Amino acid sequence: MPKVVFTPNLQRHVECPETTAAGGTVGEVLANVFASNPQARSYVLDDQGALRRHMSIFVDGQLIHDRARLSDAVGETSSVYVFQALSGG
Amino acid sequence: MSDQLLVSTRKGLFTVVRKSKRWDITKADFLGDNVTLTLTDPRDGRHYAALDHGHFGVKVHRSTAKGWEEIAVPVYPPKPEGLEENDMWGRPLAWTTARIWALAAGGADEPGVLWCGTLPGGLFRSTDHGQSWNIVRSLWDHPKRKQWMGGGADLPGIHSIIVDQRSSKRVWIAVSTGGIWLTEDSGASWVQRGEGMRADHVPPELTNDPIAQDVHCLVQCPSSPNRMWVQHHNGIFVSSDEGRTFTEIKDVDPSVFGFPVVVHPREPDTAWFAPEIKDEKRIPVGGRLVVTRTRDGAKTFETLTKGLPQSHAYDVVYRHAFAIDETGDRLAFGSTTGGLWVSEDQGDSWSGVSHTLPPVYAVRFG
Repeated sequence: MPKVVFTPNLQRHVECPETTAAGGTVGEVLANVFASNPQARSYVLDDQGALRRHMSIFVDGQLIHDRARLSDAVGETSSVYVFQALSGG
Repeated sequence: MSDQLLVSTRKGLFTVVRKSKRWDITKADFLGDNVTLTLTDPRDGRHYAALDHGHFGVKVHRSTAKGWEEIAVPVYPPKPEGLEENDMWGRPLAWTTARIWALAAGGADEPGVLWCGTLPGGLFRSTDHGQSWNIVRSLWDHPKRKQWMGGGADLPGIHSIIVDQRSSKRVWIAVSTGGIWLTEDSGASWVQRGEGMRADHVPPELTNDPIAQDVHCLVQCPSSPNRMWVQHHNGIFVSSDEGRTFTEIKDVDPSVFGFPVVVHPREPDTAWFAPEIKDEKRIPVGGRLVVTRTRDGAKTFETLTKGLPQSHAYDVVYRHAFAIDETGDRLAFGSTTGGLWVSEDQGDSWSGVSHTLPPVYAVRFG
């Protein structure tokens, strides 16, 4: 199953340990993660289910293209990193 | 008489308590986080705090006997597929809460009801103490809502919410920019109010249009609700017919520009302002931090300075950062440069609580 890792900065607000979750797209994988951790959802996705403006997601080192629908493909052994898009300076 | 202040800042929420005639910071919550606004519900004493975590979005917390708990945040409904709605910059308007800019408790006859104003212009209502929120569709879907524009921010926002003390079904809101709106049926329908205000940052044909007005802050005298005061981008306006019409107040020394206004709870003619050089600079005139007060419905104003810095002061007081308690005797305000002052004599004199707080966004008694 794909591995999912969240930015350490998020842990201060809501616990998001490294986990695995099934799914063939970023959206499917995250939906499964948030099913068991619903509080984390609004910290990563906006009201429309799109990736928050200053967040980024990498699949196997590649920045995803579809920030609105999260349709980028995820492989069975992929690593999904949910990070902040800006360091903050 | 209120002995407690909640001070929302860029780096945390500070509780300030009066003890032995001194006001001291006694507690810091959410230290390091951006706290934008609080509400103390007068019906049950609960506190609500709005936070903006930047990357991670806007959140709401509520006080409990054991401390703060995160509760629901207002969420916009799904944007209909294919709907093309752009903001004033031509970019697709994101139907998502960008900022919580107003929190108000419902009437005494509707426990649990809360109102919340947001950027980009959605008004939300809760009937369960903030456990869940519903957008007020009648206002969001109002064709004129799309004429609202950004004022101090890129997106329009609701910053003032007033629930009528006589009937909780009557609620006023004010928008920057979008003027003043009134519902008389708990939000089922809305009418624009605010004739007589004047906007000089728009073309002449829009100058007097109520929807073009950049209201910075709207308040109503609780015991004399016909009296409303507005601190506007263009100056000070006062109404004697609960916001139907306004009269502009000119030539107030040192300036009519500012963000907040507070009104005495029982004396409708008494109001306070925090003046600054107009929008091109936004600093106190001459580096002197002052409060202006009228006691006669804006016929005359006093400039209050005792206890306030009168040299090289560049404090800006934001619209939610000036508060008055239920007696009308105690006032407090905080500034963008981390100053916090309290008065116990209606502004005649002020004492500094701190000059080293993070930038202050909101000050509330309770």
